[in-house]
Amino acid sequence: MTVSAAPAEAILEESRGRRRRRMRGTSEARAYGLGAITAVYLLWALVPVAITVLFSFNEGRSRSTWQGFSLRWYTWDPTGSVLNDESIRNALSYTVLLAVLATIITVPIGVLFALALDRWRGRLPQGANFLALITFVIPEIALAIGLLFMVTYLATPFGLGTWAQVVGLVTFQLSYPIVICRARLLTIGSHYEEAARDLGASALGAVRRIILPMLFPAILVSAILVFADVLDDFVIVRYLSSDASTETTSMRIYQTARAAPTPALNAMATIILVVSALVIVLGWLAYRRWTRKQGESTDVSSLASTL
Amino acid sequence: MVWIALFFLIPLYVVFCVAFGTVDPIFRSPVPIWNPLEWQFTQVEVVWDRLFGPDNFYLPAVLRTLLYVAIAVVACLIIAFPVAYFTARYAGNYRGLVLALLVAPFFISYMMRMLAWINLLQPDGLVNTIITLGGVVPLDINWLSGNPYVVVMGLIYGYVPYMLLPLFAALDRISPSLIEAARDLGASGFDLFRRVILPMSLPGIVAGTLLISLPMMGDYFTSDLLSKSPNTAMIGNLINLSIVAPGQAGQAGTLLILVLLVLLIPMVLYTRSNARAEVRS
Repeated sequence: MTVSAAPAEAILEESRGRRRRRMRGTSEARAYGLGAITAVYLLWALVPVAITVLFSFNEGRSRSTWQGFSLRWYTWDPTGSVLNDESIRNALSYTVLLAVLATIITVPIGVLFALALDRWRGRLPQGANFLALITFVIPEIALAIGLLFMVTYLATPFGLGTWAQVVGLVTFQLSYPIVICRARLLTIGSHYEEAARDLGASALGAVRRIILPMLFPAILVSAILVFADVLDDFVIVRYLSSDASTETTSMRIYQTARAAPTPALNAMATIILVVSALVIVLGWLAYRRWTRKQGESTDVSSLASTL
Repeated sequence: MVWIALFFLIPLYVVFCVAFGTVDPIFRSPVPIWNPLEWQFTQVEVVWDRLFGPDNFYLPAVLRTLLYVAIAVVACLIIAFPVAYFTARYAGNYRGLVLALLVAPFFISYMMRMLAWINLLQPDGLVNTIITLGGVVPLDINWLSGNPYVVVMGLIYGYVPYMLLPLFAALDRISPSLIEAARDLGASGFDLFRRVILPMSLPGIVAGTLLISLPMMGDYFTSDLLSKSPNTAMIGNLINLSIVAPGQAGQAGTLLILVLLVLLIPMVLYTRSNARAEVRS
């Protein structure tokens, strides 16, 4: 028995090993295959944009034939460059202004909204939550046209322009801070606040000194998302714009992309890209520092799942 | 009480803004009728005529929209699934980097990404240069005037990132030990996919599908930028044209209500599934 058992086990062990090796082999092949698909996808997703950025540095007027590197379309072209074309300059600064305004208004309201949804039970907050989620998935054009009609037929004294645009953007973007902060509030739970209240903190004090700091990463993330999203917004901004002074970069691209533009358009798009990249990187660093200090895990994927 | 006022009335006020901002004003044609009992349905009739009447130039655009969106959604799924799966399971040390690159298109303006394709596809653009081998092959393809493939490609290109993230989140939640267990119980690769991975990623698939198909229904700028031709017009284009044309605001409103009615079911589905997920967590 003992004599025959040992080889049997050895055989079994070997066959197991072979199976495992074979599995590892197919699994590796699969990983490479999927990796290749991912790589191709990333190339497809990012190379066209990279080419656009590249041609913003083109020496000549063409956006498809490379004529040498220059900053002509950023600085020194007397009429067409970003620096010397007033309308492009306006579009750029106006886009950033809108993004700042919308973020400043959206984030506090959204955080309060999330706090209220977190503690109120019943039909009304449920309905509010439902509406908040609806604004997240409703086609932007519906909201934009609704507001356009409201401003032109009902609230005529307000008129189109900056404030109409800001109101539209805030309404559309509110769902980001609401969704993100609510998810965070759910994980925080109510213990901390109760403990603070037991130790004598007022209701307001407990929220201000306990909950808000714990919520800060979520607030930061939603602010970044709102800012970057407003920079790119097109539909709302366009329908609620009044005249050339409230034109943003995305509107400018829409209007001139098919009408023989110069690489200055690419340069303008590149600048907006750099602005949003900067905000994201700075925000990300702040987020990392804050969460490190609090001794929490900083995982990109946990961030992605909250989206 | 102050507490209640602060955390209740402000959101309530916002809710009112949301509710009245999106739904109520739509009913008003250039001469708004405030009393719902006095609503006139002439605009609805006009749109109805254009949809199903003898001179139905709206209908093709509506059908086209449904077709484009369906193709684009399926294509997005086919592209996004392997990419999300790779990132969730095999990316290893590169996970953070790959994820950052996947998220990057989110923060690149949609307009800029369309501009990129206009640059590539214009008559003397890179795509034509490559396929004609620098002018050797006498092919003169104009991609940007009413080519439906280009428009669908633009839609796919524009919306894939929004499919990727929910899919990634869903796939990332599947624990590797579950997959190993299925393997040990003798599941083949296909079985594993069909009976374990696919059902478990279903919430992500549903969320991603809704997340991209709803905005696509209202999209008009992709078609405008990449084709500019009525042959590829979508519902969004019809709405946009009636908004831009004077005196047709009522028709735009009616079309919009039509779209919203159709989309109501998926929108409610999405919010419901979201609420349920919250309860579960």
